[in-house]
Amino acid sequence: MSTQTTTAQQVRWWSGGKSPFNLEYGKLMMWYFLISDALTFGGFLISYGTVRFSQNYWPDPNVVFNAFPGAGHANLPLAFVSVMTFILILSSVTMVFAVHAGHNHDKKGVIKWLFWTIIGGFAFLACQAWEWTHLITGEHLVLADGKLDMIGQTMSANPWGELVTDKAALANALNATPHDMLVKIVHSHNHTQSIQELAAMTDQQLKGMVNVAEMHIREKGPVGFGNFFYEITGFHGFHVFTGVMANIVMLVMTQKNVFEKRGHYLMIEKAGLYWHFVDLVWVFVFLCFYLI
Amino acid sequence: MQHPAFEEVTFHPDHSDEVSFKKKIIKTTVILSIITLIELGLGLLIHALHLPDNLGRLLIKGVIIILSLAKVFYIVSVFMHLGDEKRNMIMTIVVPSMLFIWFMVAFMADGVSFKNLRNKYNNDYKVGGMPAKAQPSQNTAPITPGGRN
Repeated sequence: MSTQTTTAQQVRWWSGGKSPFNLEYGKLMMWYFLISDALTFGGFLISYGTVRFSQNYWPDPNVVFNAFPGAGHANLPLAFVSVMTFILILSSVTMVFAVHAGHNHDKKGVIKWLFWTIIGGFAFLACQAWEWTHLITGEHLVLADGKLDMIGQTMSANPWGELVTDKAALANALNATPHDMLVKIVHSHNHTQSIQELAAMTDQQLKGMVNVAEMHIREKGPVGFGNFFYEITGFHGFHVFTGVMANIVMLVMTQKNVFEKRGHYLMIEKAGLYWHFVDLVWVFVFLCFYLI
Repeated sequence: MQHPAFEEVTFHPDHSDEVSFKKKIIKTTVILSIITLIELGLGLLIHALHLPDNLGRLLIKGVIIILSLAKVFYIVSVFMHLGDEKRNMIMTIVVPSMLFIWFMVAFMADGVSFKNLRNKYNNDYKVGGMPAKAQPSQNTAPITPGGRN
């Protein structure tokens, strides 16, 4: 073997004896797993795009995602999701430092940076839990089947259709709305009276307290919007969850000196690749659901 | 440098120098943050200007998409260190990803075609994109074009 004399440019990567990609097996397989996972996410996001393109109307994300924890009914479009995005970017950065500490066999550094990455992952999941709860339980007025109704965003319906501007249709819908729903509508816009007090009123009194022209009443939105939102953000959230679990396992193994005894911290690198991929997918989820 | 676990791999952490490594990561973080802020600004701009569905709106959305692709490039090449790998390795990841170009074009075109066919042939589809009202049977009917989604 005359490899002693060959220079870097003349290395024959494919003639055997060395790894053509100059990469260890586990890391290469992690990359290939990520490619297949990217195709899964791509399939979901592209089917979302197909359905969206097949509709004449699609909800405006600035109208749907405008709530912030503790801000009540303030209209803050995209504010909360930017917080989530920055949490994920920062936890990606702490993961880079954890992998780097692993290269340097710096056990303390690995533990410190993995810890912050895990905190970031949990923070993101908490944000998503709040967002889902808010979307499911936050009910909005819609005109459906000739009546007024209050619905949240679920898999089967959502209140993000077009604004109803037909005043006659709204007046008719108000007349057709049953008593219980009237009580609910008045109560949601006017907190000075209790449910019991309102329930004791007549339909006529209740209708007098509702000004349909000022209430921004919408139609029901395309079913696919809620469907794809929960499917894709849920699948991404599941990835974040598994990533956090993997990072916790890495943290425990580091603590127990498993990598120190093994002589290398390459497992941290593989967990890191997965974690960055989760961040990468969020770039596309953020783009497709919140920005455009 | 010998790889710690596999002798057929030469290990090359490109960031042997601590200071320049930190600088590179912080620079990438700042770039990612700034791109995200610009994207948010453009997203809000569409909202604030009440732009109709016209060429200008499409243009802003196109810019947002290109900025997102830039973010993806930085995450993959710096955070995931793909930029530091051998060219062979980069290609085995990048070339299969090219499938997405066909994937997106074909299926978006399909979506547009669905819309046009529905608007042309399905009278249940009004301009708003939802099935017409007062058709309770539609929920239980077998799949009709435009009955779901």
